[in-house]
Amino acid sequence: MEQLAWLPAHTDFAGALKWARQEADAERRLSQLLELCGYRRDFVATERLDRSIGACLATLDAGASATQLQPARLAILSSHTVDHVAPAIRIAALGRRIALSTHVTGYGLHRQALMDGERALSSFAPQFLLLALDAHEVQSGVPLDASEQGLAASVDQWIDDLRILWRAGRRRYNAQIIQQTFVDTAPSLFGSYEGLVPGSPRVFIERLNDAVRSAARAEGVLLLDIAWLGRQCHGEGIGDPVRWHQAKQLIAPQFAPQYGDWAARIVAASLGLSRKCLVLDLDNTIWGGVVGDDGLEGIRIGQGDPLGEAFLAFQHHVAALGKRGIVLAVCSKNDPAVAERVFSEHPEMALRRSDIACFVANWEDKATNLRRIASELNLGLESLVFVDDNPAERHIVRRELASVAVPELPDDPANYGGRLADTGYFEAATFTSDDLTRAQSYQANAERHAILGRTTDMEGYLKTLSMTLVASAIRPVDLPRVSQLINKSNQFNLTTRRYTEAEFAHLIADPRVLAVCFRLRDRFGDNGLISVILARPDEQWGRNALLIDTWLMSCRVLGRQVEAAALDVVAKEAAHRGTHALIGEYRPTARNALVAEHYPKLGFKPVAAVDTRSPGSTFWHFDVENAPPLHFITVERLS
Amino acid sequence: MTEQEILQELTVVFRDVFDDESITLTPETTADDINGWDSQAHVTLVVATEMHFKIKFRTAELESLRNVGDFARLIRARVTTMHVAESPAR
Repeated sequence: MEQLAWLPAHTDFAGALKWARQEADAERRLSQLLELCGYRRDFVATERLDRSIGACLATLDAGASATQLQPARLAILSSHTVDHVAPAIRIAALGRRIALSTHVTGYGLHRQALMDGERALSSFAPQFLLLALDAHEVQSGVPLDASEQGLAASVDQWIDDLRILWRAGRRRYNAQIIQQTFVDTAPSLFGSYEGLVPGSPRVFIERLNDAVRSAARAEGVLLLDIAWLGRQCHGEGIGDPVRWHQAKQLIAPQFAPQYGDWAARIVAASLGLSRKCLVLDLDNTIWGGVVGDDGLEGIRIGQGDPLGEAFLAFQHHVAALGKRGIVLAVCSKNDPAVAERVFSEHPEMALRRSDIACFVANWEDKATNLRRIASELNLGLESLVFVDDNPAERHIVRRELASVAVPELPDDPANYGGRLADTGYFEAATFTSDDLTRAQSYQANAERHAILGRTTDMEGYLKTLSMTLVASAIRPVDLPRVSQLINKSNQFNLTTRRYTEAEFAHLIADPRVLAVCFRLRDRFGDNGLISVILARPDEQWGRNALLIDTWLMSCRVLGRQVEAAALDVVAKEAAHRGTHALIGEYRPTARNALVAEHYPKLGFKPVAAVDTRSPGSTFWHFDVENAPPLHFITVERLS
Repeated sequence: MTEQEILQELTVVFRDVFDDESITLTPETTADDINGWDSQAHVTLVVATEMHFKIKFRTAELESLRNVGDFARLIRARVTTMHVAESPAR
């Protein structure tokens, strides 16, 4: 199995590492070392890089914030040896701009740490808790001739046990649990007949994994599904029996980089750092040939020829990603009319023009065009994945735009889809019906813009939209989408405080906390859950005020007066609770300049106060008896 | 491969694994002589050596890898048998 195949190979990794280490300035040293995280590397190089970066971060005071790395903490509780995979998880996390601290509890002590507590783990305060158990840990206890019922009873028992561990972990450490699925390392007993024997150990592991998946869904636990991921390793597993017998390593050291990436991408996804948009080159990337030279009839796409079918399969994969909620865009050096004609007229295309949210075909350089795509879609460059068959273009884009992910592509288009999936750039930590309708909402937005173009006055335009804002307390069913917004929104986000689903659920369980989520409907359809406000008591502001800890909104509904209507709801609710004032906080980041004037625009008055916990913040005061600014939105309240 | 060549190649592996350019090896070098050569590093060392020389140590041999000379001897035996085994195919 070739690991990290989507990352470019460095011509001289060891030399670059040596060079970076000699850099005297710690900030510059760190940035050179961080760049190396984006290259393909084996486990020894990974450990060396980890050692250098660890030392560098330690010398930099508050290094993570200084370099725009997001800090996070992951504890690994395991029934086998995992110390050797921790460096690889950290480096893969750094590749996603996360400064991940890891904590490994002694092997086999997971149960004790969860049920009785462990002081070192408590003071580490994990945000993520990876429970990595192996098949040796769970034994079915059923005889080989057991019945289906006997098997089911044994599986249920283990699932109950896991649920107890998960709940204990969440309660005690307030962490997002990640459960690793079980991999069967024992040789087969019956061959293909194995699946027909309910009492066989292999059937037990398979059933157990199925049950783990559905229990995890019900409990809000995430999966590190190595049982599935490992299967894609083309005949070679991620373990080695020799290493198991020698050192109780379930993951062989040479596969640590791959395993580390699998684990780190789950953390990244939970923190909202997965990528959101796939930008495609056209010629020889989604069809064979060059449409400008070969013509509409000459390109290879569709049934009847192997190469055309390979490109078609890739298009189907891309279209499915679009349906999953990944925004699709095109960035191609082409005549725009010629390129668009393939989408509108070629009968074999699986991708349609309407699947593409932003279509850029011209003769300018791709870095410029990628910047344009990001800005038109209201996305950061770090949300983009750019797929291009041309190594030179990939190289230039990587050099010009380090934040865009540019995976290496295999020589054969038949493997493009698999490679794109291997990257894990679109790893999910939630999936809601809002994701399914995202593509439609991009289209509906285009239609709304069209109306705006025809309407001369803003007021008239907003009235024609017939908007209804539905406000409600945050229920468990809303949590996945709420958590997604909390962790993904960058621009319309006043404080950019990230919370895992578990942390947020814990926060809003306090009855003094005022947490509201908002949905917006208009004549074009339902925009889904688009805004979240959380106001809470805070010692600095006293008993008569609520501090707005979090206020964020999806940029899809910008400029629609949703803010005013939302303030209306929150102020009334606060007044109803006997609170006199709302305190707004604006915490500037590199991405949220959009809302710098948010509070003054809504009639908040500046407060000369400093919060040492958040030194860059400005604070704003709003008397709840005041009327919020005018809006044209009907407000509906669900209890 | 001569004993000396193997020792040279092994030095590269050791320097990488222990991240220490100053390491020089003799057949008598043991874990006591190298900073950081603990049980976890030992496994790393074994796997890094296997990958470097494109060989695989047997489970039965792992316990006998006590000093650099042990590594070199086993590598030499394995590399030689591999070449013999492979030669008819060439």
